[in-house]
Amino acid sequence: MIAIVKYNAGNVRSVQNALHRLGVDAVVTDDPKQLREAEKVIFPGVGEASTAMRYLKERGLDEVLKNLHQPFLGICLGLQLMCKHSEEGDTECLGIFNENVKRFPTSKLKVPHMGWNNCSELKGALFASIDSSDDFYFVHSYYAELGSQTTAQCDYILPFSAALQKDNFHAVQFHPEKSAEIGQQLIKNFLEL
Amino acid sequence: MLKKRIIPCLDIKDGRTVKGVNFVDIRDAGDPVELAKVYVEQGADELVFLDITATVEGRKTFVELVGHIAEEINIPFTVGGGISSVADVEKLLAAGADKVSINSSAVKRPELILELAQQFGNQCIVVAIDAGKVDGNWRVFTHGGRKATDIDVFEWAKEAEHLGAGELLITSMENDGTKSGFAIELLKEIDSITNIPVIASGGAGGAQHFAEVFESTGVDAALAASIFHFSEVPITQLKNELRTKGIPVR
Repeated sequence: MIAIVKYNAGNVRSVQNALHRLGVDAVVTDDPKQLREAEKVIFPGVGEASTAMRYLKERGLDEVLKNLHQPFLGICLGLQLMCKHSEEGDTECLGIFNENVKRFPTSKLKVPHMGWNNCSELKGALFASIDSSDDFYFVHSYYAELGSQTTAQCDYILPFSAALQKDNFHAVQFHPEKSAEIGQQLIKNFLEL
Repeated sequence: MLKKRIIPCLDIKDGRTVKGVNFVDIRDAGDPVELAKVYVEQGADELVFLDITATVEGRKTFVELVGHIAEEINIPFTVGGGISSVADVEKLLAAGADKVSINSSAVKRPELILELAQQFGNQCIVVAIDAGKVDGNWRVFTHGGRKATDIDVFEWAKEAEHLGAGELLITSMENDGTKSGFAIELLKEIDSITNIPVIASGGAGGAQHFAEVFESTGVDAALAASIFHFSEVPITQLKNELRTKGIPVR
């Protein structure tokens, strides 16, 4: 069974739909037992970091999530919440990854970083059959810095972590559920981990 | 590199596409989901569904339709038309829309932008502005472009950004339907005074117009309706032409 973490952040439905298109049913839950027993866990998210972290902490989900052992995939805000600290609302996050989350600096480029962009330095099974010319759909105003756990980078205003991995924990800044065929391939790769 | 987006727009009435559609390879041209799927296959980067229904029944049908679209489509889509409250937006986002576009209701009550941005995040709030010329000045039009206001388009664009819009969809009433190209000067100006993504709309008649708007302004995306519906400018071919000209597309 695939579990999608239920919390007060949007786009849970999109992830569920994407799985359904691959013929996989998922349960949306905040029940610790169900999350621990799931074969795989997806942690999606569109929303604000401090509000989301508060929600997770109030329910003890922060501890549950960082102690999971099955393949885990954070998406967008999910990735940011898996980092150490986010400048958004000056938030202490889950600390699964060492990297910090910052707001894009002011430049002549627009914020949010919105639209299709390609990634480079792709590493790991999550990117099987995907290469650096493929585009993913991004929407975000904050980014995770590059670090030792970076498994894909994207360049917008500055190079940042488009994907991170530590052991069973995977995370992507873009939205695979909205990234057409390429996104579907990535979700398929995750399901095959 | 961030790509320039090509966005087909579908007008919906009572759950069906209204503008004539001329596709040979489509079973039911009035079915928005069928049409949307064709566009996704052709390489559309995003889709916009505009509900032009005026009845309560029609609105309900639209929310149901949004649910079907979300099930079938694997690229982002925006919905608009008649949205005037937080509750409207909640319904549409819960049904699976990625963004909502607001127009007249935001002109009438600008704080709506702020309320929506705070509740749902600015990334999903598109402020659509219909711009027309009155005595040589660009003014904001409402009610589907039928009603002129004395609001300056540039001031309104800046205010919308300030209130929390994540994106601007700018339609030139002067160019819409003319197939003579986008309103380059208007778009250039709006793009230079704001720092959020801008979608150009109104006036596309051929691939050269898309190339022109991307080459001479900083807009991030271009939207069109009938030229895509009638396959006058197939998206695949359009993107190939843009690529040849060195414009980054997916």
